[in-house]
Amino acid sequence: MLKEEELDLLISELSDQYGYDFTNYARASLKRRVNRLLLIDRFPSFAELIYRVKTDPAYLTHVVQELTVNVTEMFRDPALWKMIREQVLPVLATHPFIRVWHAGCSTGEEVYSMAILLEEANLLHKSLLYATDLNPSVIENIKKGIFPISQMKEYSENYIASGGKKDFSQYYMAKYEWAKFDERLKSKMIVATHNLVSDRSFNEFQLIFCRNVLIYFDKTLQDNVLNLFDDSLEKLGYLVLGAKENIRFSPIAKKYLQLQNREKIWRKMQ
Amino acid sequence: MEKDAVDDFKVVVIGGSAGSLEVILNIIHELPVDTGAVFIIVVHRRNDKDSILEHLFSVKTRLTVNEVEDKQPITLNTIFIAPPDYHLLVENEAGFSLDSSERVNYSRPSIDVTFQSVAEVFGKRAVGVLLSGANADGAEGIESIRNAGGYTIVQNPATAEVSFMPLQAINLGGIDAILDAEHIAGHIRERCAQRPN
Ligand SMILES: C[S@@+](CC[C@H](N)C(=O)[O-])C[C@H]1O[C@@H](n2cnc3c(N)ncnc32)[C@H](O)[C@@H]1O
Repeated sequence: MLKEEELDLLISELSDQYGYDFTNYARASLKRRVNRLLLIDRFPSFAELIYRVKTDPAYLTHVVQELTVNVTEMFRDPALWKMIREQVLPVLATHPFIRVWHAGCSTGEEVYSMAILLEEANLLHKSLLYATDLNPSVIENIKKGIFPISQMKEYSENYIASGGKKDFSQYYMAKYEWAKFDERLKSKMIVATHNLVSDRSFNEFQLIFCRNVLIYFDKTLQDNVLNLFDDSLEKLGYLVLGAKENIRFSPIAKKYLQLQNREKIWRKMQ
Repeated sequence: MEKDAVDDFKVVVIGGSAGSLEVILNIIHELPVDTGAVFIIVVHRRNDKDSILEHLFSVKTRLTVNEVEDKQPITLNTIFIAPPDYHLLVENEAGFSLDSSERVNYSRPSIDVTFQSVAEVFGKRAVGVLLSGANADGAEGIESIRNAGGYTIVQNPATAEVSFMPLQAINLGGIDAILDAEHIAGHIRERCAQRPN
């Protein structure tokens, strides 16, 4: 079992040497990630891990990949997507130009889901979807637009539950184990690394997604990141968080109104 | 949480899978409102977004029932439920955190994950209760509660609807009490009334 001091040591090494700052991540989960890394890479003890990190810069990519959690799905929480279709898109439609930011979007399932929604509402042509994550390896996948075929049954069910009326398989070409999504969807995506801890606001958006990223941060970092979103959101813009995340206890809460009790969509009122 | 209250409250963490729901409903029905303990429940289930458990449990108890949200504070005399599709972790004495990482034992939430986390933070104040189920999840978790000096209860496999899960836990050894379903609530009440030594 990893000790607190060991975790602190790894955190300061990653931050001093490589500029990845995990200081204000939620400890319980970060600890599990480090324990898991020790296990899958078969380090006999923590000392070997820290030695490897210190001496092998090429190993860093792998560390970042394993310390962060990249689990994601298309149309995860279908009821949320249904609400975006029914209540958010009609408002966005009135804008001449739509800018959406997916912060911490992992391998891009969420971004493709949104592109499909925009396309079906006939809005994709005037939209731009900014897809960002701190992990350079996951966002490579967004550019490829390739996802495991084994997931398509579940995604198709999610899609239908989100109010999708088409045959989901028309959005991709199946090839062996993979589903390659239509180039059309990708054409409106801008993919870049962006670290929510250290990078700043880079545009103004009408809609920001940041789902299941804040759960990995402590309260202080959550508040900072929510401020960053507040700075990056137009008045009357929308903020979408994960199913169990809430802005209730953050300083920005007073400026925002939740659309409806269940789904985690807030509108910036001032 | 008040600093001076911190030292003597118990954290009762209950895990179950197939065949455990009825047992849990009976347990929480028999819990008094003022045990001064924290109750955490992790049940395997299909991903229902509708917080069905929260409703089911609320009608059976006068304790407050919460499906946990990220960073929710830990409060006494409250029942906390692990939300569907997240692992439930204890961040520190004061609050929870959630984690959507890989399934453990084919499960998210995983009982092992929450039990281990409770063991690490609350040590001998933890009371682990493992019920009926068809999965090995929970066995290692209850072992870590025991190793941390906590108290362990497993449902009697002979009378559990599905015996696999309690059997796995018992095979690892050192369980403090193996009880029929109807005796579990009473036993928890007694444990909560005791001060740690
Ligand atoms: C569990 S995934 C969530 C993916 C997607 N938003 C969803 O809900 O399905 C969390 C993502 O957050 C990213 N992440 C973690 N820390 C970050 C940071 N400081 N800045 C940007 N992204 C971060 C991780 O790399 C990972 O891809």
